[in-house]
Amino acid sequence: MLVPGLEFPHFCVQCEDYPCVSSCPVNALSVSKETSAVLVDNKACIACGKCIDACPGRIPHMHPKEKHIVICDLCNGNPQCVKVCREGNWNVLKTVPRREMAYKLYARKPDEITRDLSTKIYGEIGEEYL
Amino acid sequence: MIHGYAGKYLEVNLSNGKIRETEFGDDVLRDYVGGRGLAAKILWDRLGHKWERVDPLGPENLLLFLTGPLTGYFPGGRTCVSGKSPQSNGTVGSTLSGEFGVELRCAGYDGIIVTGQSDKPVYLFIKDSDIELRDAEQVWSKDGKQTVASLTKECRNLLKTRYPMFGEWKEPSILYVGPAGENKVRTAIVSSKWAHAAGYGGYGAVMGSKRLKAVVVRGTGPLPEAADINKVKHLINRVCTNVYENELWRRWGTGSSGYEVGAKTSSEPVRNWQEEWHDEKSFGVDKFENRVWMKQYWGDFGCPTTCMKLSCVKDGKYKGAITDNPDYEMQAYLGPNLGIFTPEENVFLTSLLDDLGLCGIQTGNVMGFTAELYQRKVLTCNDLDGLELEWGNTENFAALAKKIAYREGIGDILAEGTYRAAVKIGKMKKKNLLPYAVQSKGIGIGAHGIRSGKDYPEIISYACSVQGGDHTSTAGLPLDGGGSELMEIFNDSGVYCNFNGFSVSRNTRFEFYTAVTGIKLTRREWVGTKALKVLQLQRAMLLLGGPDLKWTPEKHDDNPPRFYEPLPSGPYKGKTTVKQNVEDYKKRYYKAVGWDRNGIPQREILNRLGLEDVDKVLEKIR
Repeated sequence: MLVPGLEFPHFCVQCEDYPCVSSCPVNALSVSKETSAVLVDNKACIACGKCIDACPGRIPHMHPKEKHIVICDLCNGNPQCVKVCREGNWNVLKTVPRREMAYKLYARKPDEITRDLSTKIYGEIGEEYL
Repeated sequence: MIHGYAGKYLEVNLSNGKIRETEFGDDVLRDYVGGRGLAAKILWDRLGHKWERVDPLGPENLLLFLTGPLTGYFPGGRTCVSGKSPQSNGTVGSTLSGEFGVELRCAGYDGIIVTGQSDKPVYLFIKDSDIELRDAEQVWSKDGKQTVASLTKECRNLLKTRYPMFGEWKEPSILYVGPAGENKVRTAIVSSKWAHAAGYGGYGAVMGSKRLKAVVVRGTGPLPEAADINKVKHLINRVCTNVYENELWRRWGTGSSGYEVGAKTSSEPVRNWQEEWHDEKSFGVDKFENRVWMKQYWGDFGCPTTCMKLSCVKDGKYKGAITDNPDYEMQAYLGPNLGIFTPEENVFLTSLLDDLGLCGIQTGNVMGFTAELYQRKVLTCNDLDGLELEWGNTENFAALAKKIAYREGIGDILAEGTYRAAVKIGKMKKKNLLPYAVQSKGIGIGAHGIRSGKDYPEIISYACSVQGGDHTSTAGLPLDGGGSELMEIFNDSGVYCNFNGFSVSRNTRFEFYTAVTGIKLTRREWVGTKALKVLQLQRAMLLLGGPDLKWTPEKHDDNPPRFYEPLPSGPYKGKTTVKQNVEDYKKRYYKAVGWDRNGIPQREILNRLGLEDVDKVLEKIR
């Protein structure tokens, strides 16, 4: 939420070509066969940040205390965020099967998402608050 | 250490720029919890001995931003802002929602104590333990929305430069003041996220007087550990489930009341409370939904109620005005109270006041007061710098709000708030204008009247509250009941939103407290000792008052004169407050909270609560 009222998730979308995985100089990133999620080998990761730059949405972020990158691993197919969303009765999140589509389109930088939402919700005035 | 607290408080001295960490003992936290309670304790300890001489807008005053152990755990976390109030000269625990409190706790602090006064505009930047006072020259005099845009950009760049390897920084949480706060307007707010505000108390003016434009915080740690996290999860579920079952505010926000409180309970301010009834269907919440709502469910971190509705005027004269909802208080005070019954105009005024950093309740109150003086020809167009302040004239009310925020012309007097303005203009015009001032102890009364007897406040709710006209801190009996100020003190001290606590069993909040902190607390103990202690401290400071105004309970523990006039219209036409009933209720209330017949806390109760020092200081006003 860079502009009030415009909240959005900013998580890994599992691009089909996984630019983060190929950018890793130490092969610390791999793709899960079961869930297609990106898995981080915390011990192998050297916290170089190359995957952040490789990601079209700059989505990976560094662990605030430990020296490794954090990427959503879909909790082995049982996403805890979806679980708490259900438990708390917010009912906003759900799990869907992976389909043949261009997931990569959804990997976007917060500023880009904000710009789009801003004009959608506030109209041209939204530009002023970016 | 007690669970649920980060354990550290930041102390920032703006006079010399020194920043240090400070702690409170477990016994203090156990007794005063946090937020409003802890604020009363800190203020009394540091300023109590010279309270009457402390200028709320001077360097001696403290400005407190405090969280409580439940902030971030109880759904709907808030932040409590306090200090010596420039409105009442007492103290108010003024809370606002947003992520600030949660971010601060994740950064490792339970609160910030600001002392002194800076000689140039500054803002405080906090990223975990990386803390810095930064130059705010570039945002000084900017309005609310510009300030948020500018500081978000600047601080994200700063984070990016200092922590280049982190990845993409999202938004930090910002508390800020608008031009009104900078100009020390007594009705100024401390704001967050464009449309959230801590209004009661006038702490925007205190922040402005210290030349502190904003506080920006980003925490990357977890919340302080709870004693029993499984129990906490269970209780969150209970609170949320309750919210979904009582869907009113989730569906409509509090804005459903803009029509209903007027038409049904007849307790909405209409034209400065001359009436409390209207049947203007143009002000129905369905009109707001269809015409201005852009997003129906807008909530802050973890809030299931999402009572905020994002409103934006898309076309016409007021195109581009954005605010939340507006919530009921803004609807009433910047709507019917000014004779305005159109959603777009109401959104425009609310948005304008957000931007200027003015409190909609207090400023709506003082503008309604002014318009009534115009109606009664006490003030003329000439006195108002050429403004014809007819009821419903949105443009002119907007112009007046700007004058107040910048203290121009008549705005300089109105910027002092309704009570002080009434006294000042009264002197000028040689008339008693207090009958038109609908306030209690310098604080304009929230938009819930008492005359019809159908709304929640009782006949002594405002008269005996230690926070004056604050509609979220109303006095009443029994002391452990829903209408008791002692129970409100818990919300403001645990620092969470009382909207999520409505209609959940009253004991849930204490169970929550126990689950987070590991300390056993029952409703009985809270009401009988802890809350009572906070109440006595707040009462003592309110009565000591000064330097410009002092309250005497015989005279000021009363409703504004307007509340004794009969309602002129609506289903409860002719109904009013009976003075004798107020007096009788007041006596019972004084007795219950241990105050003497003049409303001053008695020695016995103060000694029982361990507040001997308060007793000594109060001796001089007994």
